[in-house]
Amino acid sequence: MREFGYERAVDVSGAVALLGADPDARCLGGGTNLVDLMKSGVERPALLVDVRELPLDRVESMKGGGLRIGATVTNSDLAAHPEVRRHYPALTQAVLAGASGQLRNMATVGGNLLQRTRCGYFTDLAKPCNKRVPGSGCPAVEGEHHNHAVLGASAHCVATHPSDMAVALTAFDAVVRYETVDGPGELPLAEFYLPVGDTPHAETALPPGALITGVTLPAAPVAAHSRYRKVRERASYAFAIGSIAAALDVQDGVVREVRLAFGAVASRPWRARAAERELTGGPASAEAFAAAADAELAAAKTLPHNGYKVPLMRNLVVATLTELAAEAAR
Amino acid sequence: MAPSTSSAITLNINGEKHTLPVDHRTTLLDALREHLDLTGTKKGCDQGQCGACTVLLDGRRAVSCLQLAVAAEGRVITTIEGVADGERLHPVQQAFLDLDGYQCGYCTPGQICSALGVIEEHAAGWPSAVTDDVRPEAGPPPLTAEEIRERMSGNLCRCGAYVSIVQAVAQAAQTQMADAEETGA
Repeated sequence: MREFGYERAVDVSGAVALLGADPDARCLGGGTNLVDLMKSGVERPALLVDVRELPLDRVESMKGGGLRIGATVTNSDLAAHPEVRRHYPALTQAVLAGASGQLRNMATVGGNLLQRTRCGYFTDLAKPCNKRVPGSGCPAVEGEHHNHAVLGASAHCVATHPSDMAVALTAFDAVVRYETVDGPGELPLAEFYLPVGDTPHAETALPPGALITGVTLPAAPVAAHSRYRKVRERASYAFAIGSIAAALDVQDGVVREVRLAFGAVASRPWRARAAERELTGGPASAEAFAAAADAELAAAKTLPHNGYKVPLMRNLVVATLTELAAEAAR
Repeated sequence: MAPSTSSAITLNINGEKHTLPVDHRTTLLDALREHLDLTGTKKGCDQGQCGACTVLLDGRRAVSCLQLAVAAEGRVITTIEGVADGERLHPVQQAFLDLDGYQCGYCTPGQICSALGVIEEHAAGWPSAVTDDVRPEAGPPPLTAEEIRERMSGNLCRCGAYVSIVQAVAQAAQTQMADAEETGA
């Protein structure tokens, strides 16, 4: 591990000043991804700015609905918060589906958004990787890719984004708030992660030196009728091979509003807008759910060993929406 | 001038303060084992994946191999050495003994610290990934074997003592609930 300086930030302006001054400075939240990557040499910061004690650890209800979630709220506290459980249950389920109890207690909301892919080539310094070393190549395309992307990938990178939390936040139109030395800013989560294209090393639209200060969830009554389902190769404690955050508002058998986001299938959490458009105003039937999934997955480009993800996601859409429709009928 | 890459820190461990110089790269796990001779906490994977290094930070379970020691300054740290009350074993420790919740014992300190966290988290009403209805109105889920297995899934056991570990956690949770009722806690 490279030697590094350590500063504990006491306020947001101090934190952004430190981050802005050194391009090799990194925020330290829970460290559950960053310290791991520092141990393997993938991340080599010269300075860690510890942001855990900044006053960003609250979940607050907004007038008229919606939530303001601070960047240093732990994953555990986010999942356990009564307002999240009540109004955005898929978000609680998504967070609880990730990692382990110990890791969720340490990990922060900001860090969860910024976590790096778990592609084995990215995390292995001995391997080429366009994300880690631009232009060095992507061995996953011809190599081990059974859990790599089928949507939004490119010949340069087929890695997936590993976060469960971000999938649920994507379904609920989250907005990421940040601070820089030039003042505050915000980015819809839908625009937060950059398309892979031929620049897989450029992962987010955050300006250099920015500190994520929080996430805003707009009011969304449909979110109270939501579910996160995660499919993995073990019963617990594994990354997804396919996941879905879904919310459904059905009245008299007609879909009034639907939210769908896919996980573990793309370089970023995938909002299934084509599927949502197909479903809205139509029947809440298994046939309609399947047709909408097919519409979304038509763009999928599979690799030799990850083709299973297409029928998997189709089945997840049908099963999850069927479950939500049945709950609505009760 | 380049920032310093080491610091003198004070760690609050099991109620005692320890001041020591650490290279910032030192994890809490290595500080405990290599600098402070508190070898009860074990190194398994050193990557946050096995749970053998589990300790409590401010009462919450955490993996000490991913916790930088310098960042742990100011936190209340409890290791396996601090779980018993002198010679009186904690109910979780007693349950592991009674139900033979270990074979080689290497993962056991982490299992016990994690179990302390599980019982506390469940008592606080936290749902888990196997909780069917996570809404607060649904009430806290009972601590079934399925719930225990899910909540303990961050602790691996290569000897495969899982069945008795789950039984030990269940027994300890019941003992603690019974104690709480008696004392009106």
